[in-house]
Amino acid sequence: MKRKMEKSELIFKIIAYTLLIIFAAMCLYPLWYALCCMFSSTEALAKGDVYLWPVDFDVKNLVTVATTNEFWVYYANTLFVTFIGTIWSLVYSILGAYALSKKRLLGRHGWNFFLVFTMWFSAGVIPTFLNYKTTGNIMASIFTFGASSSMGSIDMKWLIVIAMGMNATNIILLRNSFEGVPSEIEEAARIDGATELQVLTKVYIPMSKATIATVALFFGISRWNGYFWAYRMTAAAGQTYSWPVQVYIRDFIENYTVLTKGELGDQYAWAVDAMGGTNATTALVYSMVVFAIIPILIIYPFIQKYFAKGVNMGGVKE
Amino acid sequence: MFKLKCDDFLIYDEATGTYSMPEEQKVRDETEKNRWKTTGWTILKDWRLYIMLVPMIFVYICWKYLPMYELTAAFKYGTQITSAERDWVGLAAFVNIFAGANAETFWRAFRNTFIISFYGLLFGFPTPIILALFFNEVKSNVVRSIMQVCVYLPKFLSTVVVTSLTIVLFRGYTNTIDQSGAGVISQLLGKISGSEVLHTRIGTGLIYSSEYFRAIYIITGIWEHAGYDSIVFFAAVIAVSPTSYEAAQIDGAGKMAQMRYVVIPSILSTVIIMLIMKIGSLLSVGYEKIYLLSPTDSHYANYNVADVVSTWSNYLGKYEYDQGYAIAGEMVNNLIGMILVIGANTIARKVSDVSLY
Repeated sequence: MKRKMEKSELIFKIIAYTLLIIFAAMCLYPLWYALCCMFSSTEALAKGDVYLWPVDFDVKNLVTVATTNEFWVYYANTLFVTFIGTIWSLVYSILGAYALSKKRLLGRHGWNFFLVFTMWFSAGVIPTFLNYKTTGNIMASIFTFGASSSMGSIDMKWLIVIAMGMNATNIILLRNSFEGVPSEIEEAARIDGATELQVLTKVYIPMSKATIATVALFFGISRWNGYFWAYRMTAAAGQTYSWPVQVYIRDFIENYTVLTKGELGDQYAWAVDAMGGTNATTALVYSMVVFAIIPILIIYPFIQKYFAKGVNMGGVKE
Repeated sequence: MFKLKCDDFLIYDEATGTYSMPEEQKVRDETEKNRWKTTGWTILKDWRLYIMLVPMIFVYICWKYLPMYELTAAFKYGTQITSAERDWVGLAAFVNIFAGANAETFWRAFRNTFIISFYGLLFGFPTPIILALFFNEVKSNVVRSIMQVCVYLPKFLSTVVVTSLTIVLFRGYTNTIDQSGAGVISQLLGKISGSEVLHTRIGTGLIYSSEYFRAIYIITGIWEHAGYDSIVFFAAVIAVSPTSYEAAQIDGAGKMAQMRYVVIPSILSTVIIMLIMKIGSLLSVGYEKIYLLSPTDSHYANYNVADVVSTWSNYLGKYEYDQGYAIAGEMVNNLIGMILVIGANTIARKVSDVSLY
């Protein structure tokens, strides 16, 4: 009896380990493969010889991408959008979540519904697009002091920073965390004469550091990864210079993988020159993908311990 | 007489022979009279709190609620930028998408939305549960953490990176002369199935063929989300008390019996809640990934299975005079989606304490 039990357990354990290792390897393989391709020679890649290790180790791809000005311009755009955008999202989310966490706020349920409703119903692609266009034009006339009312006259990065990357779930996470702060501490601070803003910055923010870090990283990652609206709005404004790097990578891949599209556009002259042909540009795609992943890989170990907590906090009742 | 009637809320003073109101009642009346004044005073006293709410409300009104106003363009016709400037035409757009010129593509998009979500649910839902059960078998914390770090990672990659990798890994030949340059996975599948030509077709490969699009979409979706989604289930699995396992072992339960009678019942409530939530979001397919794998305006070979309502709407709304139809179609989809979400939440709230909102 005992022996049989151990056997079934052992079999299950072996299956579990095997499948987990396979799945974990599958999760990493595409990234590893991209890295291998980045460090392989163009010829090996064109022939399709690269599988598990770099073939004919070569830093040419890395150097080509790293010395291309266009790439860094778009990379800087993404960095700008990520930093300024995350700060902006965090500021209004923390302030709003703090107000929502207070029981004495009038119409608290109404405001909560106001937020949660946006998770249930979204206007859709075209209404959002029309809205971005209108608000972009309004922003342009404000930024240029009425000199121009067309959104092409302002850098689309500002529209991306201010108008995009909204997430009601993050605000609710913050609100729940603020609600969990014991009210005695706040009362003590108030007796000492703290104002509302001081209570927030001196009591609530230090006490919800973990949640704020999680939310900041969620905002940051979604900003870093943002594609669709950044692409739509920069295209509508006719500004290729304000592309984030994701839009650029996509445009690059579209231009060389879709064979029906034919020749590469002018902005890819550097790729053709460097690689001596369109087929070999695969290596550049992989290299750019690696560059786009690196910041995430750098902060990933730091988020990792927080986000499991964040996810489990999400299932909290209003 | 009077005294008897009013006894319960008025106080009779025997010394002076007069009636007087109790102190609390006076305060209550005063408060009632000054209710609006007090409300105003509360707001004024707490003005800092309300100011704090302003930026968030502003952002949400500008970029979440004003787009909802643009939905009125579904009942209008015109080529102006905003809905406000266009002329009312009534339900013409809805007639068009349900039975008119755009009906065929709309219903195809609606069907595709449903099919993609349904298959995504069918294959994508059990995977994280299985992963969580497997993680529970790994007793070493270090090994498990390493594995978890690996499987959570794809969730944090951008859609562009995921789709770029998908496209190059599943791609067909790039070189017609020596038939080289096909994606690694295409080559592998070609070797396994023995029909290399099919899987590595020039210029198309697997990803642009309508037969394989859904499978690839769902497999890459599992690749992206399964690890991260397992967090919730893993939390439920490790919450099972070790004594339950011991009790089951003493009763002679093997691994499968332990699974069936101890673990599964303990995590069942979490599983049901997550399932209800997933069913609730059945109609909200992320359009970004679909768009990147099958840009409708390029008419890739896979667009007839890949076109979902949002990409359909995005493509149709390219010109102002078609935007009414595009908005009407997506509005129908999103309204049904909202009913599903609210229904799912109500059910989840009824069956357990947990609900997402």
